[in-house]
Amino acid sequence: MTAELLVFLALAGLALAGAVSLILQRHPIHSALSLIVVMAALAGLYLLLEAEFVAAIQIIVYAGAIMVLFVFVIMLLNAGAEEHTDFSRMARYAGVPLTGVLLLVLTFHVARASAAMTAAPPVEGMTRRVALLLFRDFAFPFELTSILILVALLGAMVLAKRDS
Amino acid sequence: MNEFTAQHPIVVVALVKIVVLLFLLLTALAYLVWFERKISAHIQARRGPYRVGPHGLLQPLADALKFLLKEDATPAGADRFVYYLAPFLTMTLAISAIAVIPFGPGTVQIFGQTTPLVVANVNIGLLIIFALTSLGVYGVVLAGWSSNNKYSLLGGLRSSAQMVSYELSLTLSVVGVLLLAGTFHLGEIVTAQSGYTWGFLPRWNLLNPTWPQLLGFFCYFVAALAETNRLPFDLAEAETELVAGFHTEYSSFKFGMFFIGEYASMVTVSCLAVILFFGGWLSPIPSGPGLDWAVYLPAAVFGLAGAGLVVHGLRYWTISGRIVLSAMGLALCAIGALFARPGVWELVQGPFWFLLKVFVVLFVFVWVRWTLPRFRYDQLMAIGWKFLLPVSLANVVLTSLAVVARS
Amino acid sequence: MVPIPYYLALSAVLFGLGVAGFVFKRNVLTVFMAIELMLNAVNLAFVAFSRALGQPEGQVFVFFVIVVAAAEAAVGLGIVIVIARNRQSLNVERINLLKL
Repeated sequence: MTAELLVFLALAGLALAGAVSLILQRHPIHSALSLIVVMAALAGLYLLLEAEFVAAIQIIVYAGAIMVLFVFVIMLLNAGAEEHTDFSRMARYAGVPLTGVLLLVLTFHVARASAAMTAAPPVEGMTRRVALLLFRDFAFPFELTSILILVALLGAMVLAKRDS
Repeated sequence: MNEFTAQHPIVVVALVKIVVLLFLLLTALAYLVWFERKISAHIQARRGPYRVGPHGLLQPLADALKFLLKEDATPAGADRFVYYLAPFLTMTLAISAIAVIPFGPGTVQIFGQTTPLVVANVNIGLLIIFALTSLGVYGVVLAGWSSNNKYSLLGGLRSSAQMVSYELSLTLSVVGVLLLAGTFHLGEIVTAQSGYTWGFLPRWNLLNPTWPQLLGFFCYFVAALAETNRLPFDLAEAETELVAGFHTEYSSFKFGMFFIGEYASMVTVSCLAVILFFGGWLSPIPSGPGLDWAVYLPAAVFGLAGAGLVVHGLRYWTISGRIVLSAMGLALCAIGALFARPGVWELVQGPFWFLLKVFVVLFVFVWVRWTLPRFRYDQLMAIGWKFLLPVSLANVVLTSLAVVARS
Repeated sequence: MVPIPYYLALSAVLFGLGVAGFVFKRNVLTVFMAIELMLNAVNLAFVAFSRALGQPEGQVFVFFVIVVAAAEAAVGLGIVIVIARNRQSLNVERINLLKL
């Protein structure tokens, strides 16, 4: 039971708790907060996997900007708590168990298929290699994403304008 | 106790550093409020706190007691969990950012372990501070929403939109420094600024020979004012505009937590400004042959301050004030004498210059607050997007051109 | 070193929970958040493989996934705002007709 395994279990537990809470909460703002917890836990897991750049990007962009957008929209639309209507019979007696089975089968096969995989020795300067890849081999997709963001920005502005 | 220290030295050293830093930080925050009130008073030709202890030095204690003892009212219809979470989030994130700031070069010995003068010596220190600043938006927006009050909601939305807009310029204005230093590690960014061009001008990033980061510092300072919701960008919490903005419905200790969070983020951006643009702990005085006396400057400054305080204190208007101020002056003189001793003056150099520069930057923050009028909200957003963002981008482009031309 | 299958199992479970949220929740914003959860689970799998094989391409792809998720969130939330304005409801069961 090394320290690393303990940290992994703590962060994984936090991520799972956040994900379950996302599904079970009734008010969308609580679901948004749970998703932020999941993202923070995942950033911790990325740090454990020695991917510091991705961890920082996850917090700065995903948890710090995209989720803020979600929270803004929830507040703007004044989304209230969901009306409490019970699950249909089909969902409760067939759907939930089947989802559980799907989950277990998926996890089992993924874990078994990769059980033989051992981690490569730790790589120094992974951020540097990622940067070199991004700006040399993947320079064209990189520039394309900036155009994508511009298009998304214009699209969102056009969509949300009131017809006046 | 000693076996625990022997078996887990890293944990114990980290705990000691955290405790010391927290203690110093919280005291400094309390006296930063006092400092702001005194400076604002003198700018407005009045005296400021004067009665609660000599020169109002016990005023922060009185404020803390007031915060703890006031009635803690929760508005009806507020979302409880989020209402309690928001100030806690603001305060925690703001204080955590100070963990990656290095206070000096070299290392100290704690319990036999040599450790650097920073709580978390990580390779991506700068990114961590930006990550914590991005998450700080949540405290504001959740506080505004959960108070069940339209003024809070409007204030929260405006304030968080302002913080998100100026975050971009804040991050871009720092890219110039990163290009010059080549690393995210705050300690290495400082050491990259060592040396003196033409023998006397320190190579701080503000005066960098490749491309002086004047534009970068200007953008950083303005963006930092907006990020911490300080005047001239504090429309969202101004008393005359939106009652008190997002913290209208908060009282007693929860309001105190917002207060601590705001001043802690002010301290963080000041420390970061000093590290990125003003050379961190590096001394502005070059270490030439005739300048050996410069290492005794900390001792001299403390000694003179102590002597001045004694002289002023002896003529104070209350007897107890005279005693306390003179005792404080003598203590400062004693510290000055301690700093002149051979074993101590090497350790003191770095932190002394760092704290002096942070003090100057904080003074400018306070000065700007009480000198400039407030911006209107649309002017504020226009400045963020239409002026500051293009200027920081221009700074990035010019710095990269200069760096490429140099190499 | 935590074995890589642990990370992949966590990624699979998070993905499954995202699918469950997508299928069962009724508020369109919560459904959107379940989609983001699925994207995050996939990112975790990418980073785990990148570490296991020692190749940085996995992290480059995660960068692109995050950027595309940002663009998608912006446009998607714009659409949600327009729908909410037109139907006065955020319930996916009521947004089931192509005409207003």
